[in-house]
This record gives sequence, structure tokens and C-alpha cells, in this order.
Amino acid sequence: MADPVFIGVAVLTVGSAIVALETRELIYAAIALAISMLGVAGFFLLLDAPFVAMFQISVYVGAVAVLIIFAVMLVRTQALFTMREDRKRKGAGIALMLIIMASLGALLLASGLNGQFGNFSSSEAIDFREIGELMVTYYAPTLIILALTLAGAVISALALARREDITATSGGAEQPSGRTN
Amino acid sequence: MVLVAIGIYGLVVKRNAIRMLISIEIIANAANLSLVAFSRSVPNAQGQAFALFSIAIAAAEVAVGLGLVIVAYRLYKEIDVAEFRSMRG
Repeated sequence: MADPVFIGVAVLTVGSAIVALETRELIYAAIALAISMLGVAGFFLLLDAPFVAMFQISVYVGAVAVLIIFAVMLVRTQALFTMREDRKRKGAGIALMLIIMASLGALLLASGLNGQFGNFSSSEAIDFREIGELMVTYYAPTLIILALTLAGAVISALALARREDITATSGGAEQPSGRTN
Repeated sequence: MVLVAIGIYGLVVKRNAIRMLISIEIIANAANLSLVAFSRSVPNAQGQAFALFSIAIAAAEVAVGLGLVIVAYRLYKEIDVAEFRSMRG
């Protein structure tokens, strides 16, 4: 339980998650989020799930963090990034966090899962071939729906971010993406 | 180990600020983490398959969310959610 690697990854993940929400500059927040996602990927590696870990790194650190940084750069105005929040609201948020934490911990302790599933070393790690086989057999319709969802999300994001106020220039091909600001 | 993982998940879950999108990402990651942890402790590949699906859905959600943020910024010149009064009904 007191694995030093585990403790280190936990501190990295939770610490950079807190930094991501508390820092003033939004761009540092995006970078801290990427570091936190790397920590979660480290957890996946510790849990013998290297395939999910690689997926996590490529999607979150590679795509989502870069996307957030791009959005931050698109809406760059320095005055907007100062967080205006009142103390009462922050205190209420922290109290709510503590309540949820305590109740989840109590729930987990009461459920007795720790003693039941405590034997990690005895069970075999899951091969990623098994995941792949599951994905193309039993979860094949889910995979197709997921692909359609992703395509729809990308198209709708492009449609949302399109600027209507740019009139088409002479060739019309000058700004084909329309996301330049 | 699962216990500590879920404890972290509880810690991470509730830090809601104006940066809601980042919080949503952190919450989704905590859920993924618990999925994979349970999939490890009950030796079963379905948990990892679900975690993969969930990661992909979260990526789509971030794309749409950032598109919405950009549109809202263009409309209001503001990214503070408290200022989006006219979006209500």
C-alpha cells in the first residue's frame, strides 16, 4: 500500500489538479491539467493497463491540452483571466468538496471492498488483445456509435466556432477553416 | 490501492471554479481511474474497454465545450459564466 512510486504519482496528480484550478493564468492551468493527466496515465501504468495509459497520453496530453491552449490563445485578453470570486462561494465549494470526500470515503470503507479485492499480485494482468477482441466483437456497435459521436462533435465544434462576420474574400479560399481570429 | 485511488478521486472531484471545463476533465479522469482500478481488481477487460470509450467521449465533449466557449466569448467578450445572463431561458 505504501508504495513510494504510487505516493509520488498521487502527489503529482492531485497537486497539479489543484494547481490547474487555482492558478491565475489560464495557460498555466492548461499545462497543469496536462501534467495531471500524465499522472493519471501513470496510475494506469501502475494498474497494469498500458494500453489505456497510452490512449490517455495521446488523447489528453496530445489533443485535449493542446486544444485548451489553443482556445486560451484565441480568447486572449489579459483582463479576462483574473478570477473574480467571492470568499463565501469559495468556502462553500471547499466545504462541499470535504463533504463529498468524506461521504465517498465512508461509503468505500463501509462497503468492505478493500478486503475483498485486496489481492492485486495474485490476479493476472489483462492483456490488451483481450480489450481489442472485446471491442470488435461485443462492443462493435458501441464503437461505431462512438465514431459517429466523435465525427458529429468535431463537425459541430467547427460549425460553432465558424465566424459569420467574415465576408468571403475574392477567391474564397483564403480562410477555409474559418477558425482564425 | 483501490481505496487510496478512490480517495484521490474524492479529493479531485470537487474543486469547482469558473474553469468548469477543466474541472469536468478532472472528474472524468477520476471516473476513468476508478473504472480501470476496479477492472484490475476484478480481473475483467470490460472496465478498460469502458475507460477507453469514456476517454473518447470526453475528448468529443471538450471539443464541443471549447467551441461553445469561443462562441460565447465572441458574443459577450467575456468568459465568466456569471455574466452569461441572457443564456438563461
